[in-house]
Amino acid sequence: MSSHEISVTVNGAAASGTVESRRSLADFLRRELGLVGVHFGCEQGACGACTVLLDGASVRSCIMFAVQADGADIQTVESLAPGAEMHPLQEAFRRHQGLQCGFCTPGMLLRSLELISDNPNLTAEEAREGISSNMCRCTGYQYIVDAVLDAAAEMRAEED
Amino acid sequence: MSVSEEVPMKSPPFEYHRAGSAAEAAALLGELGFDARILAGGQSLIPLMNLRLAAPGHLVDIARAPDLGGCGANGGGLHVGAGARQRTVELHADTLAIAPVLADAISNAGQVPVRHQGTVVGSIAHADPSAEMPAAFKAQGGTVTAQGAGGSREIASEDFFEGYFTTALEEGELVTGITVDAWPDGTGHGFLEFSVTAESWPIALAAVLIHVDGGAIDRASVVLGGVAEVPLRRPEAEAVLVGAAPGAEAFEAAAEAAATGIEPLSDSFGSGAYRKKLARVLTRRALTAAAERAGGAS
Repeated sequence: MSSHEISVTVNGAAASGTVESRRSLADFLRRELGLVGVHFGCEQGACGACTVLLDGASVRSCIMFAVQADGADIQTVESLAPGAEMHPLQEAFRRHQGLQCGFCTPGMLLRSLELISDNPNLTAEEAREGISSNMCRCTGYQYIVDAVLDAAAEMRAEED
Repeated sequence: MSVSEEVPMKSPPFEYHRAGSAAEAAALLGELGFDARILAGGQSLIPLMNLRLAAPGHLVDIARAPDLGGCGANGGGLHVGAGARQRTVELHADTLAIAPVLADAISNAGQVPVRHQGTVVGSIAHADPSAEMPAAFKAQGGTVTAQGAGGSREIASEDFFEGYFTTALEEGELVTGITVDAWPDGTGHGFLEFSVTAESWPIALAAVLIHVDGGAIDRASVVLGGVAEVPLRRPEAEAVLVGAAPGAEAFEAAAEAAATGIEPLSDSFGSGAYRKKLARVLTRRALTAAAERAGGAS
């Protein structure tokens, strides 16, 4: 089967690899680049655990082939806190208990980050609808909505 | 390094080809034969491959072909290229001005991250009879541009959908774009679907347009999804509407006509009888919304 050389930017750094055509982007990021924040859930595009930002927009990396992402700028959850200090969004999730088992969390964080950057003043209803793209079986979503709103307020304050 | 050998993969194997133009894609399809499929956003195809329900031997990626991208007003209608992403089309000012029923349909399809990657033309070419975009496209009307190795041709939206996941495309042809026909001022649209959760497939949907002139409807389009093997036009309902004053009485009669004579299948989400009932209710409500937008009484 055909193999392809691909080059991408992941979390600000150049990365490259040789991928078989059918290798998913999620597979490439997690297994080849070791970014284990990319979670495999349903692997059919329904759950959102594998969400990454591709050129700034959230996508399901499990229903995209790595070769399709050649040349793209990709952001995974690992980019949120490169050092010891958590991102305000992660801190808000911790504070509000917006996670329990943690399986959906990387996807939830990246989708929430996108929602806040698209609309820093989002309402609870917009946050709720926005995260409906991602499944969480622990929290019942309310604590995640609380965390997103709190993080948005904090990020607005930081901007000022 | 490569992990290809050590780690199992979800999708069946295939050869990947990247087309730089519509002509190159058509040439590749012609050369590779029936075992080749077009890959644009992949949001319908790749889940099917991951589930091993589809196993094409070759994928021709058209997402980077510059002549296939783009969306915008074109000769009075709305042109949507095969590479245009759903989210882009959904939010485009020209879509909202010329084909708001398509924008509503897109906003009901899948989730935002899926719409970032999925294409409008891909959904239409996939021809799932429960899907939103095929129904909205057929309701407003327009043309599909198909290109094969021998050249391109136009197919009317009315003739494009032939059965479950089956279209009028010939072997070796791809859809390079669609044009949605504009309706005149005084037009209102309605798009409504019913599904178990926000992200699940619609059990049934209604896409309607009406044009009101001098207090009476002079043009109407009613298309149902999820009730037949194609997005289903309901001429009986349209006949009830044309000439009538927009309002509850006409809409109830049209909804009744829309749901009469259809024979939807049953599945785990709803019985055929339930789908018939949904078809009636959704049609009535969609018409009511359309009348408000057309500026007529409701």
